[in-house]
Amino acid sequence: MLHISPEEIAETLLMVQQQHLDIRTVTLGVSIADCGADDADEMARRLYDKVTGAAERLVPVCEAIEREYGIPIRNKRIAVSPVALAAGRCASSDLTPVALAMDLAAEAAGVDFIGGFSALVHKGVGAADDALIRSIPAALASTERVCSSVNVASTRAGINMDAIARMAHVVKETAALTAERDSIGCAKLVVFANMVEDNPFMAGAMHGPGEADVVVNVGISGPGVVRAVIAAMPPEADLTAVAEAIKATSFKITRAGELVAREAARRLGVAMGIVDLSLAPTPAEGDSVADILEAMGVERCGAPGTTTALALLNDAVKKGGAMGTSSIGGLSGAFIPVSEDAGMVRAVEDGALNLEKLEAMTAVCSVGLDMIAIPGDTPAETIAGIISDACAIGVINNKTTAARLIPVVGKTVGDHVSWGGLLGAAPVMSVSEWSSAGLVRRGGRVPAPLGSLRN
Amino acid sequence: MKTRAILSVLGADRVGIVAAITAVLAECGVNIEDIRQTILSGVFSMTMLVTVDEEAYPFEDVQARLAEVADEIGQQITLQREDVFRFMHRV
Repeated sequence: MLHISPEEIAETLLMVQQQHLDIRTVTLGVSIADCGADDADEMARRLYDKVTGAAERLVPVCEAIEREYGIPIRNKRIAVSPVALAAGRCASSDLTPVALAMDLAAEAAGVDFIGGFSALVHKGVGAADDALIRSIPAALASTERVCSSVNVASTRAGINMDAIARMAHVVKETAALTAERDSIGCAKLVVFANMVEDNPFMAGAMHGPGEADVVVNVGISGPGVVRAVIAAMPPEADLTAVAEAIKATSFKITRAGELVAREAARRLGVAMGIVDLSLAPTPAEGDSVADILEAMGVERCGAPGTTTALALLNDAVKKGGAMGTSSIGGLSGAFIPVSEDAGMVRAVEDGALNLEKLEAMTAVCSVGLDMIAIPGDTPAETIAGIISDACAIGVINNKTTAARLIPVVGKTVGDHVSWGGLLGAAPVMSVSEWSSAGLVRRGGRVPAPLGSLRN
Repeated sequence: MKTRAILSVLGADRVGIVAAITAVLAECGVNIEDIRQTILSGVFSMTMLVTVDEEAYPFEDVQARLAEVADEIGQQITLQREDVFRFMHRV
């Protein structure tokens, strides 16, 4: 007998067809620990073979699941182990061939992004880390699909200011090398604090050292669904009721992710990893996190009350999502990437939202300062200061934060940038003109906070 | 292998909708377990719980036949595995 009511069926169909409910990504994590070699070209070949072998059926399986369950799977992606961890034997300091192989492997598998051109340097920079970081600008300039990430801080280790200073220069260099495309290289580069092993979203996805050889991780999405639920509530519904509604909706969205994750793992014959509960916007109309905050009652995202609304939203998403899946992981928070959220863009253009407010908002969700276009002439030390501020919030509060800043060469405040597709478009935001150089040039490491002593 | 699925139909009401769809289901060896149907302001809406015998007729082939019928009779027809609804609407 039909234990599901027609109303519930109609609700699911409405979520998919009108409210942009989808699975944002099915990401295949592939270990490349066994791909090390004495030279970069050989490592590149081994990586290509390993990844294409593991990912051969990823896209067809996802497409079948989409058709049979009626829920779109927006992206299929691949994440490999941090390349620096497998490159220890490489004699050459140029790891670009490995990035090129990643790009080709992603293309062969039919995926749009492959993450893991990464290094973990929160305590120090080893030889392979150094080679990786050195290779990032060229790697991102010469590939389409490769994403890079570097972990420069953690609650256990503190904040590596030397690494941050260096990464600020890497960001500028990457911007310069991709200047003719509005510095798009920087849109594929994330600097992290407390990076996680199983984040399915780009550009920060990598396959952590603690994982099995191949896993499937799923990132869900549904800002449009959440917004619709809140907009349908009476204006006098109190914040507790709003939180409850978000929680219930988040449960349903997460369940769709759980189902897809189980099925994808089963059909691919690999371990099921995690479901990332994050509410991730896209540039499409009606798919915005900022719109949710405005539906909750702030006139524009960025107005006083925004941080409160986001705190409520982030927490309710987690509570509902926690019931919905057997394995929560990844970032599991609300995303606030400026260029990928039409509501955020509008808020910036209206003067309601600035970098400082985004930094406050990061304190109550995750992701950090994401997809933010800044003037091309922003000094490296200032970029380092912005990155380290994002890291400080993550380190002290024991959460993942990151900075994905794009200093757009040749553009300044008021100019517009457009990278297309899921990367979206954004106005260039203003950055404080006061200098951070004195602090950044001191270098060294901000010691791990007392809160890290949990034993 | 018997797979439970939900078939949803939506569109402007007209003669022959149920007949066209059930004919296709019979052709594909699909068993109907439950039917709910209603018409609101001239909009036809029907939900069926069905069982697809995947060995006899693969799930995607049933979907393809239904897509053809949908075009013929001007209805939106969706066939989805039942799990997705069970997962989303039950703890």
